[in-house]
Amino acid sequence: MPDVTLSVNGQDVTQQVEGRTLLVDMLRRGLGLTGTHVGCDTSQCGACMVLVDGAPVKACSILALEAEGTEVTTIEGIAAPDGTLSTVQQAFQDYHGLQCGFCTPGMVVSTTALLSENPKPSEAEIRHWLEGNFCRCTGYHNIVRAVQAASGQEPAGTKAVEAN
Amino acid sequence: MYDFELARPTTLAEALEMLAEEGSDPLSGGQTLIPSLRARLAMPERLVSLMHIDELKGIEQRGDALHVKGGTTHAQLVHGAYDIFPGLASLAGRIGDPAVRTRGTIGGSVANNDPAACYPAAALATGATIHTSQREVAADDFFLGLFETALEEGEIVTGVTFPIPQASAYEKFIQPASHFALAAVFVARFDTRVGVAVTGASEDGAFRWKEAEAALTEDFSVAALEGLSLPEQGLIADVHGGADYRARMAGVMLRRAVAALA
Ligand SMILES: Cc1cc2nc3c(=O)[nH]c(=O)nc-3n(C[C@H](O)[C@H](O)[C@H](O)COP(=O)(O)OP(=O)(O)OC[C@H]3O[C@@H](n4cnc5c(N)ncnc54)[C@H](O)[C@@H]3O)c2cc1C
Ligand code: FES
Ligand code: FES
Repeated sequence: MPDVTLSVNGQDVTQQVEGRTLLVDMLRRGLGLTGTHVGCDTSQCGACMVLVDGAPVKACSILALEAEGTEVTTIEGIAAPDGTLSTVQQAFQDYHGLQCGFCTPGMVVSTTALLSENPKPSEAEIRHWLEGNFCRCTGYHNIVRAVQAASGQEPAGTKAVEAN
Repeated sequence: MYDFELARPTTLAEALEMLAEEGSDPLSGGQTLIPSLRARLAMPERLVSLMHIDELKGIEQRGDALHVKGGTTHAQLVHGAYDIFPGLASLAGRIGDPAVRTRGTIGGSVANNDPAACYPAAALATGATIHTSQREVAADDFFLGLFETALEEGEIVTGVTFPIPQASAYEKFIQPASHFALAAVFVARFDTRVGVAVTGASEDGAFRWKEAEAALTEDFSVAALEGLSLPEQGLIADVHGGADYRARMAGVMLRRAVAALA
């Protein structure tokens, strides 16, 4: 079996994989990074979102071997090493941007990519960007509010659910 | 997913040599191919990745046309075409979602010819030329129906040259579960002609709407489209919408595009 060498959350790793091994399977089974979720068979739900060289990629739609030499960031690499949540993660917590949490790693990773490209997105831009991340619980409203808060903007709508 | 070997050539010549061998298929961004492999809809012995070939990447203006190399991703096109052909950049920026745009390529999209793919509409409306590893084919002669193109075995798309219109607009009515078009219309306005193409609506894939082209070439206005509608014959009818609905939506998208440009 061929080897693949890449950087995952800042650490160089080499793994033996098959031609067909998806990046998501290498991350979850090979490296035990189970924060990257798998929610579909069709590359539509975005639960498996990771950053590859800073850009959002569905880890279920790229072969591990195709990620050779890249820098991959998973949800495990988003918080600070001491566990302090990133601004985006903190905003998801403060604004109740999650219920069951299944979609949340993908949402946080996608949002991280959005804010690095567009630090103050409009509500329409946020909704357009997150089209590839499905959430079956929240109705998206609090997710959008969390992204607005994470980008230093006033969250839309009422303040009823704001953190106390 | 069945196992296969992955080859990662770095030159076009090497890739073509590999693809000439039995059981080898090209892999670009994988945004269509990987899900179909996961569904066991294909069983290649070897995939030849085109993603590590520098000569297949890039965007350049060639006279009055924009040349996009086959391995250019949708995301690269959004930025690279923004100043030169904003209508195409806008189309690319609405393909799927950001992750699909990070990986998916124009070559893969054009070669796949999904009946709801976006680029074929722009290619047909502008009168683009598809460049392959062997020849150049006019868009009109390249797209041959549902997932069918003029490509032969082992032949790959190396680029697309789009004549740059004076103005253009792409109106896409999305099917929100897939983000593909339920019906979408690309309108390209040139000095002496207008190109109109529809995607997402027909069982035969994207097609030129010639009656709309004629009416708009005569008089570029929404009023000129009075009474014009798409025949339901051959339109897709599925759980997302009937043929009548798609015909109607294509008409709405056409009028919106023209209104945006008139
Ligand atoms: C959730 C989702 C939403 C999407 N929404 C849209 C949308 O709104 N509009 C749209 O247009 N598309 C959409 N797509 C499809 C996307 O644009 C794909 O990227 C594209 O269709 C295929 O390009 P690829 O580079 O990923 O090709 P691949 O998936 O790698 O390959 C597709 C096929 O083409 C062949 N192939 C690849 N490259 C070449 C080449 N250069 N020459 C010849 N054959 C080649 C492969 O062997 C394969 O059969 C969506 C995809 C997903 C997963
Ligand atoms: S698991 Fe990757 S998109 Fe659903
Ligand atoms: S919080 Fe349950 S899927 Fe989003």
